[in-house]
Formats: sequence, C-alpha cells, structure tokens
Amino acid sequence: MVAVTIWGSLRRFTDGQGQVEVEASNFKELLDRLSQDYPGLKPQIERGVSLALDGRIYREAWFTEIGPQSEVVLMPYMAGG
Amino acid sequence: MKSIHVSTTVNGDAIEFICAPEDSLLDVLRNRMGLTGAKEGCGTGDCGACSVTLNGRLVCACLVLGAEAEGAAIGTIEGLADGDTLHPLQQSFIDHAALQCGICTPGILVAAKALLDRNPDPTDTEVRYWLAGNLCRCTGYDKIIHAVQDAAHKMRSA
Amino acid sequence: MALDNTPKRVFKVVGTRPPRPDGVDKVTGRALYGADVSAPGMLTAHILRSPHPHAAIVSIDTSAAEALEGVKAVVTAADFVRQDDGSLRDVLDNCMARDKVLYDGHALAAVAATTPDIAKAALKLIKVTYKALPHVTDVDAAMRADAPVVQEGRSLETVPDGMSQNVTSHCEFGHGDLAAGFAKADLVVERSFTTAATHQGYIEPHACLASMTADGKADLWCCTQGQYNVRTLCAAMLGMEASQLRVTASEIGGGFGGKTTVFIEPVALALSRKTGRPVKIVMSRDEVFKATGPTVSSSIDVKIGMTRDGRITAAEAHLRYSGGAFPCGTVDMGAQSAFASYDLSAVRTLGWNVLTNRPKEAAYRAPGAPQAIYAVESVVDELCQKLGLDPLDVRLMNAARKGTRSSYGPTFDDIGLIATLEAAKAHPHYVAPLATGQGRGLSAGFWFNFGGNTCVSLNVNTDGTVGITEGNPDIGGSRAAISQMAAEELGIPYDKIRTIIADTSSLGHNDVTDGSRVTFAVGLATIKAAQDAVAKMCSRAARIWGIDEEAVVWVDGAAMPAGPNAGKFPPMTLAEIAAVSFNTGGPIAGHFEFNADGAGVSFGVHLVDVEVDRETGATKVLRYTVFQDAGKAVHPSYVEGQMQGGAVQGIGWALNEEYIYGADGRLQNAGFLDYRVPVASDLPPIETVILEIPNPGHPYGVRGVGETPIVPPLAALSNAVSRAIGTRLNSLPMSPPRILKALSKG
Repeated sequence: MVAVTIWGSLRRFTDGQGQVEVEASNFKELLDRLSQDYPGLKPQIERGVSLALDGRIYREAWFTEIGPQSEVVLMPYMAGG
Repeated sequence: MKSIHVSTTVNGDAIEFICAPEDSLLDVLRNRMGLTGAKEGCGTGDCGACSVTLNGRLVCACLVLGAEAEGAAIGTIEGLADGDTLHPLQQSFIDHAALQCGICTPGILVAAKALLDRNPDPTDTEVRYWLAGNLCRCTGYDKIIHAVQDAAHKMRSA
Repeated sequence: MALDNTPKRVFKVVGTRPPRPDGVDKVTGRALYGADVSAPGMLTAHILRSPHPHAAIVSIDTSAAEALEGVKAVVTAADFVRQDDGSLRDVLDNCMARDKVLYDGHALAAVAATTPDIAKAALKLIKVTYKALPHVTDVDAAMRADAPVVQEGRSLETVPDGMSQNVTSHCEFGHGDLAAGFAKADLVVERSFTTAATHQGYIEPHACLASMTADGKADLWCCTQGQYNVRTLCAAMLGMEASQLRVTASEIGGGFGGKTTVFIEPVALALSRKTGRPVKIVMSRDEVFKATGPTVSSSIDVKIGMTRDGRITAAEAHLRYSGGAFPCGTVDMGAQSAFASYDLSAVRTLGWNVLTNRPKEAAYRAPGAPQAIYAVESVVDELCQKLGLDPLDVRLMNAARKGTRSSYGPTFDDIGLIATLEAAKAHPHYVAPLATGQGRGLSAGFWFNFGGNTCVSLNVNTDGTVGITEGNPDIGGSRAAISQMAAEELGIPYDKIRTIIADTSSLGHNDVTDGSRVTFAVGLATIKAAQDAVAKMCSRAARIWGIDEEAVVWVDGAAMPAGPNAGKFPPMTLAEIAAVSFNTGGPIAGHFEFNADGAGVSFGVHLVDVEVDRETGATKVLRYTVFQDAGKAVHPSYVEGQMQGGAVQGIGWALNEEYIYGADGRLQNAGFLDYRVPVASDLPPIETVILEIPNPGHPYGVRGVGETPIVPPLAALSNAVSRAIGTRLNSLPMSPPRILKALSKG
C-alpha cells in the first residue's frame, strides 16, 4: 500500500482526506487505482497530473516505481515558459 | 501611383531598384535587395531593430522612404565586416556574450558603430543613452555595454 | 565496458566560456529568422481581426474579397478541422474565431494575395455582421454573479456551484492548522494586491512561411520555441498526419514562453492548401500585443502571521487570475509557488481562474509565480519593517531547505535557497550606504523547472569531428552548452563539435524549449548519447586490438586497454577510431531518447536600490544584484545572461509595463511607445552571483535557470520603492502616476 497526498481542492472527492492509501507499485497503477477508488478524481487525472516521488517531480512516466515507503504527492500537470 | 526607380549605394555597392512610393527603406532592403539583416520589430520607429545609416546618419529604416535612398549612401549590418574580418564591435559582441537571440544585434551594432564614429571614447552613460533607441529584451543590456566599451578600447589602441 | 555513472565534479570544458556557434551569423545579419525567408510563387496573407471585445459573429461574407484581382484564397473557421479535445479546440478557436469573437483583435478570417497591399485591401471587403455583447476585462468584475459571461459551460468540476460561469477552475494547496498558526503570531498583516497583464515583449513578431503541395505534404518555417508542438497542433487543426508536416524552426528573436503555441501557423497552412502556393504571414507589432499571449492579470489577497523574533507561524493566499477568454491553468502554478521559499507548518493557498474578454494567455518565463511571489514577498517585507527585523535574516530563519515539506506538497531534496540568501547577506551591496530618498528591497524567488521528452543523436565523422543533432530551438545559448557537455564527456576539444537543431522530420519528438529544461534535459541526453558513442568506440578498439571489450576504458578522448591488457597497446583517440570506422563496422553514432525527470528547482534572491523622484514619480534603479543557484553553470556567460535578462524584464514589469484597457474593452497601448519596456539608459549594470548546489538528478549537477530570474524583481522593486517613499504600494506597475498618487495620499 502506498500513501498518496491529495491537494486541497481535490479532497472533496476523497471524503475530505488529505492522504489516501492505494495498492500500486508504479505511477500508472497508482492513477488507475485512484480513479477507481475515488471516481471524483477521474476528470482531473484525465486532464493530467504530475507525481512528486520523494521530492522529484514526474510528469508522465507510467512505469516509475513506487515503493511502500515512498513519499508520493499528487500535483497538477505543470507547464513552463 | 507609379513605381519609382531608385539608384543608390548600399555598403559601397551601386544598386538600382524599383519600389512603390509608400515603400519604406526597410521594405526595400529586405524585400527588393534581399538584405534581411535589418529587422522589423515594430514598423513605427520605437525599437531600433531596423537601424541603418543614411549618408552616415543613424536612422530607423522603417521611418525612411525607399525613394529617399536616391543618390544616398546606405550602411547596413551586412557592410560592417571587412570581407571575412569581423569589425571589432562584432568580435567583441561574440567574446562578451552580448547577444542571446540576436534579433536586436544588427541594429545595435550599426548604432554602436555610429556612436564610436563620432565619439571614440564614450562614458557608459553616453553609450546607454545613445543606445536607448535600440530595444533588447534578452540581455538586460549589461553585456552589450561591456562589449561596446571593450571594442572602443581596442579601436582606440589600434 | 563499465560506464562511470558517478556525478562529475571536476570539469575541463563545462564551466568555461567558449564562443557560441551561431555568433558570427548573428553579428553579421546572416542568421535567418522567421520573416527572413521567401519562396518562389509566394503569396502574402493578412488577417481580419475583431474590433469588438465581445460579439457574436452573425455572418461573414467573403465573396467580394475573393473576387478582388490578386486574391487567391480566403479562410475562416470553416476551413479547419473541429477538435474534440478541449485544449486543442481552444487553441484553434483562438487562431480563428468560430461563433463569437472574444477580445479586441481576435482573428476571424484571413486572405492570401499576390501582394501585401492587395491582401490588406481584401480585408476591407470582407463583410462581417457582428452582434456586440457586453464585455468584461477586469478579473474581479468577471467573477461577480452578474458579470457578462465570456464562454458558457467551461467550469471544471472543482468549481463550487453558484459561481459565475466565468470561473473555470479552482485549486487549493497547503497543510497544517492555520487558525492555530495565526493565533501564535505577534503580528498578522493582511493585504490585497493587483497586477496588470504584461507581454513577453520579444522584439521579433511572429512570422511563418507555409508550403503545402497537392499530395497533402507541407513544409512550415516559423519562429517557435517548439517545432514539434507546432507540428502536433497544426496537424490536428488541418487533419494531417505528423509525418506529412515538416516544421523547421528558424532562429528565434525572443520567445520567453510566448512562442510555445501557434497563432498564425495553421492559418498559413490552410491558405497554402487552398491556393497550392507558399503563403507567408508576418504579424505587425500591433497584432502581437493584441492577439498573441500576454500574462494573466491578477488580484491577490495575502495574510501572514509572524512572531516578534521573525518566525512565520501561518500563511495564506487567495489568488484570482485571468488568462483571458479561454480557460487557463496558470493559477495552479501560482498557488503552488507562492510560499515555496518557506518552511511552514501552516500554509494554504487558494486559486481561481476567471475568463475575461482579453487575449488567450501564454507563458512568460515562470508562469503564475511572479504575481503570487510579488504579493507574498511584499507582505513578508512589511512584517519585517513593522517588527524592526532584518529582511534577509527573516528569510534565512524561515527558509525552505533539504527536508522541508514544501507548501505545495513534496519534501525538498538539496536546494540552494539558504546558500543564495547567505551570499546576498555577505555581499557588499547589502550593506552599502543609502542616501535620503533611496530605498533597498529584496525578494526571494523560485521556479520548478522541467525535464520532458528529448532525443539527441551524436554522429562521429571520420575526421574526428562530431555532429550533434538535437531538437530544441536555441533561445539562450544552449547549442554552446550542449557542445560543451559533449566535449566534456567525449574528452575532445569544444571546437571539434558542431550542434545543430533538427526539423521535425530529422529527429524524434522533443518537447518545447520551455520550463528551463534544455540545458538540463537535452544536456543529460547529450551526455548519455556521448556515453553510447564511447561504448561503441571502445568496442571497435577492442576488436582492433583483439581483446575483450570489458577491458577497454575511455580516458581523455581515447580508448585505452585496461585490466590484464593495460599498457599492451597505445591509446586510440576518437579521431583514430573514426578514421577506420568504415572498416570496423560502419559509421559510429550514439543516441538517446527519454522523458526526463529529476529537474532541480532553482531559487534566486534579488537585491535592488532605487531612488524615487518625488516630483515626477519616476523611479531610478541605482544598483541591482542577482543571486541564483544554477546547480552547475555549464557556460557561465549564458547563465549570467539569463539572470540579467530575466531581472530586467522583471524591472519593466514592476515599474512600467501594463496592458491598458479602456471602458470600451479595447487595448489602448498596443505598441512599444506606450507599452514601455526598459531601455539601456533606464538601467545600471546588473551584477550576478552564481551559486552551485549540484542537482542530484543530473550527472553534472545542472539546474534550469532561465525562468526564476523574472520572479524576484517584482517584490524587490516594490519593497525598495515602498521603503524609499515611506508608503507601501500594492499594485503593479508602480508607474509614475501611481507613485505620485501614493505620495499625495501621504
């Protein structure tokens, strides 16, 4: 099980929880499980999210491995200029 | 209105062209002569990217009519180097990283040369005020001033 | 052979200042930018733009225009493929309005003709029937329940019920107990701020040349930060496949984020398709201001609590951003970056995006961060002033560091904020005396930086020179930095390497040059491609020597036998191996493709001294110093250039630049005369101090640096001006009329 931090404005789709637990070993599994367990998150996930794993930001990498002790923070998909 | 036939000199070469009366010198340089070194950044004389010299005087080519080139001597960026030898200003800009995207560089080099032709030993303030009509959005002007001063120094010692 | 993957810390080429490869072309006027090319049989196109800030298009009759001698085609929205994807549809509708025009200058038709004058004359013959609608250009006014609705049905599921349809998204970040935090504070300051929209102000207007042939293939030349993104967008809008459209990036005359999308390119392609001839479009400066992508305008509330010895106990910000007439996600980044410099136990940011009848926002360096951090750093400074505390000491006391839970969620790894703050504190600028009427201000600043999809191909020529093909337009000197990193990794001189930028047919996909990603991601890919080539060259040497491949190492640009064969053969240089490559297996190349992650964040601190003329309200910048963490400065001159250029853009933003809309909803200052960017005589030298706290995610420690420098200047200048005149200003720009007004209020 992996603990995922959910940002404030999405918490209404996770029953107010700031952190949820999902069964996942990589980024794609995590997103698929989050969409499944919390369908209210699905639109945002489909629009795009980034994942901060132990402080490093990943934008799209499905097979990024996630360990049970990893710090996982969901973030909006980022763009620069 | 009828097209106008113009005979002029550009960077020392005799050139003839035909233009519409309302064509600017910038239009003519870029579209009739293929000299695309002078750039159009605004078309209204505010940015200096089209800086050229007309009979030795620094002007914005977008504010000069093509017809005004008749009998005049035009100097553009393409005439700054001497064959394959760069002008000290050009070399200095490369050495001091005084350009990033480079779009303002032709105008600034023409303007800087016009300054040093008149005042070979300007203060930093004089350089900054002379170049106030040449906008640069990338560099913050710092390295440009260094480059102009270094070139001026080398030219005085030559 | 075993590859050495430990981070490199001693360098021969990286960290030096060689000349850039495009330097001679640019100082002689030979370099070709967007508008510098023509093609045989070329037509010129001009675009018809709405004079109304908001109107329904009742009808468009192009027949008279089409009948004009010399006109070869006219296009409208009907000539493009309707898009299912929302964000693609928005880009397309922005390029050519469909049922409504949404801002002054919005494109709705285009004409291609044999001369520019005929194209312009034809525009006047297009008959458009508009039904003017009420408009709104102010972000707070647009949020009200009774505001004119810019677009219906665009609100995301994150927006609570009952709000104006102009509110398209909502976000919230943070952690901790705010109420408890504020209760612990000895002083709480609550302030509201507004910032006007600004423009990137690149000196080169958008320009392109499109050439489509009867077999449906097209070539597109344009000034862009991302030729692959242009391909993706244009192919979708014209119903083409990627392989049919070859996009070549010209040299670019500035972008700063504003040339990361398309405006005129799909239009030129559609006209070329219809006419069967090349079509050139060059925007005028007026069009650039009205119809490309300025920044958001913003309205921000900040509340911060501090103890009397300077510890921040709670911090909150509410950000209302408008990215113009189309939904925009920039407020998410503003909300995440607002408090990024601080180690806080209680922090919350709320963000809203609001539609207004203004052009569609595009990025400008660090999108969303300058506005938010301006507001936050202004309040921190006010707290310092009121509590009599040193502003640098307060930043140091509260600074984010390795192990800090950031205000946007993740825990920071190695970061350079404290090093930059300490460098500022130790610098002579910080303690230089100030005369009466002068003020000093400072601000910290931050940007995330990105990695992204990257391909690099490295080819070894038989004469020992190397060609590198990469896919990112060079906007700051990156070709030099890439050649340097390859030279470092290969162990050969810098001048043996030539780096070029590929068109979309010549190399795999590369993400846009943005997000401060090129030196980091393309550099990383270059290093890996070089290692790939090195492995192959070692393998060739091993075969020539008849020894095991595992027993060959690469040292100082040559293969050397190692292990049991050490010393048996003299080293073979890259040139020697290359010279016989045709005999040993064929041409030698290395390549690398990936989606880079692990970009390191970049922190900066800016110090500025100003003097305000109390009669005219004019601010003179006396002294400016930029401190920034670059991780590892590959080419220090180009890192300095980013720091100086970004700082000066920020100075313009803080002191003069703004989009001015009249009550009629039209842009009043669409030119460089009245949109006043800094000129050489406005400025002092911009001093730079580069810190190097290596990024663990890059073999050489490189961090992106291009965007961060625009973030600190806004508050640094506001704090300096506020201290100089003895009154706090809370609106940008601090133009002379606004300063005089603040002075008269006392």
